[in-house]
Amino acid sequence: MSAYSITEPTRRSKLVAGVLVALYAFVTLLPLVWIISTGFKSGPDSISYPPKVVFEPSLEGYVNLFTTRTRVGAEEFENLPTAETWYDQIVRDQGMVIAGPSRFGERFLNSVIIGFGSTFLSIFLGTLAAYAFSRFKVPLKDDLLFFILSTRMMPPIAVAIPIFLMYRELGLSDTHLGMILLYTGVNISLAVWLLKGFIDEIPREYEEAALIDGYTRFQAFRKVVLPQAATGIASTAIFCLIFAWNEYAFAVLLTSGTAQTAPPFIPTIIGVGGQDWPAVAAGATIFLMPVMIFTILLRKHLLRGITFGAVRK
Amino acid sequence: MAEVSLSAVSKSFGATQALADVSMTIPDGAFVVLLGPTGAGKTTTLRLIAGLERPDSGDVRIAGASVVNDTPAQRDVAMVFQQYSLYPHLTVRDNLAFPLRSPVLAWPEDRIKSRVAEVAEVLRIAHKLDNKATQLSGGEMQRVSIGRALVRSPRIYLMDEPLSSLDAKLRADMRIELKRIHAELGATFLYVTHDQIEAMTMATHVGVLDQGRLVQFGTPREIYETPVSTYVASRLGQPRINLLPADTFGPAPAKAAQIGLRPEHIALGDGQPATVRRVEHLGDQTRLHLTFGAHEIITLSDPHTSLNPGDSIAIRPENPLWFDTSGTRI
Repeated sequence: MSAYSITEPTRRSKLVAGVLVALYAFVTLLPLVWIISTGFKSGPDSISYPPKVVFEPSLEGYVNLFTTRTRVGAEEFENLPTAETWYDQIVRDQGMVIAGPSRFGERFLNSVIIGFGSTFLSIFLGTLAAYAFSRFKVPLKDDLLFFILSTRMMPPIAVAIPIFLMYRELGLSDTHLGMILLYTGVNISLAVWLLKGFIDEIPREYEEAALIDGYTRFQAFRKVVLPQAATGIASTAIFCLIFAWNEYAFAVLLTSGTAQTAPPFIPTIIGVGGQDWPAVAAGATIFLMPVMIFTILLRKHLLRGITFGAVRK
Repeated sequence: MAEVSLSAVSKSFGATQALADVSMTIPDGAFVVLLGPTGAGKTTTLRLIAGLERPDSGDVRIAGASVVNDTPAQRDVAMVFQQYSLYPHLTVRDNLAFPLRSPVLAWPEDRIKSRVAEVAEVLRIAHKLDNKATQLSGGEMQRVSIGRALVRSPRIYLMDEPLSSLDAKLRADMRIELKRIHAELGATFLYVTHDQIEAMTMATHVGVLDQGRLVQFGTPREIYETPVSTYVASRLGQPRINLLPADTFGPAPAKAAQIGLRPEHIALGDGQPATVRRVEHLGDQTRLHLTFGAHEIITLSDPHTSLNPGDSIAIRPENPLWFDTSGTRI
């Protein structure tokens, strides 16, 4: 018999908590497992009913995602030289030959440029604005802050048509710059408000000490405020990136070619005789990765309260 | 090393008048202690000299030149804050090196290293140099923040209750250390404290502030022995000065409304009878709480006194201080 403690949970409550967490994890991870496993199924396996949990893994989805394929006549197909590479072989097994690369790579790159570009811009502008709102006497400060927040009150799609017309006039439709500016515009209010909260928490005395120690205001901002706001900047950046990365409605409306991002592109992957589900799933799996990696990289900042315990009261 | 002078400096924050028409000259090499209750304007005075605030009117001069339009960095002052003293994301070493790495000084790294080691030795934090600032105790943090002022040789040291969070022993040690540094460097210090021992032992001059006004400026002795008012008289002295109606012990000078008695102004064993109410043995001194008529009087007696509560003792005022109805000394 172990001693009873009010701070240590009992074995039973630990067990109950464990089961609940496991259940919740199962529910949330199931769609993810489904998508990732579908990416490794063959075409027939992906639509079989009941769904196959155990299947023979295939890279068909990934090969189809990155290639365009074409059918050739039966006679010509017979006379083809043997397949040179493993992916040639996978396509041949489907009775087709590779016609060229698909546009997925470009679209994915567009997503990276636009997503990270607008995140960088939102954070850069948001941090400076939040610092100014937090530290300086800005005329009409409260009204300005409310105005910034109010840009977030309408669902973005409500302004889709005016933006569509404006972008057409300005020549920003289907350009990287246009999409970066648009997503920055949507994210900046979130960034300013979140970051202002974080910067408000950093005592002014630190900067004042730095000013007296011989630094300029900007140097004090860079050397004292920014490192301490790292936690806030990291979490804000993740929010901004998730929005810009996943955004679908504006991407469908405003991009079609040069600047099209992955979300509107993935559902258009057509296979023979209907949707090519393994390729769609493979695209979704690859699309998931950057945000996941970004979040994991910044996890240290998210979890660490770096100013904890430094304040002497 | 420089003389600092404030002339007719005023500063308000919204409706609050923090400083009103303060003029004061801090001589080169002086150790000036500012006394006053919370809200008297002590910290505001430091911040105005440091350049963290700008006066609404008046002039601040360092070494004869007006610095009102200079940035804090240009003024070449060091300040120890009462709170939030260290950069939490840096180690103790980097905290101490921070001022030396500033664009104004930009010392070479090897020189920084030896200077930091030197100061850490003086402040007895050498063994903590590689700790994060957040891993220190309150006293250690405060020593590091004093150290951050000491690594440089600024024209003036501004200190805002730097020893308030230290324990008694460390505080006594640091007091001696600061006094030694003052004597060695010959630097100008402006020091805010509530602590009478700090004021009396360290100061060459004491300034007493009351609601944003400088009410008296002089040597600690002058402030103690010839206070201009009851307010100044109550700032210094342990136990505090006893303020009683002027005629308590008999005839008083014309216009006197109050008599001020410090323990040394009360002769024991002679005069009128008082009753001992309480005896506090503090070791090096013994405090007597007396009842004299309707009044309470606190004074000191011989540490080995055999008096007990209830005993009667004769007391007589000796060279007391007299104050008029407005509290001004006559």
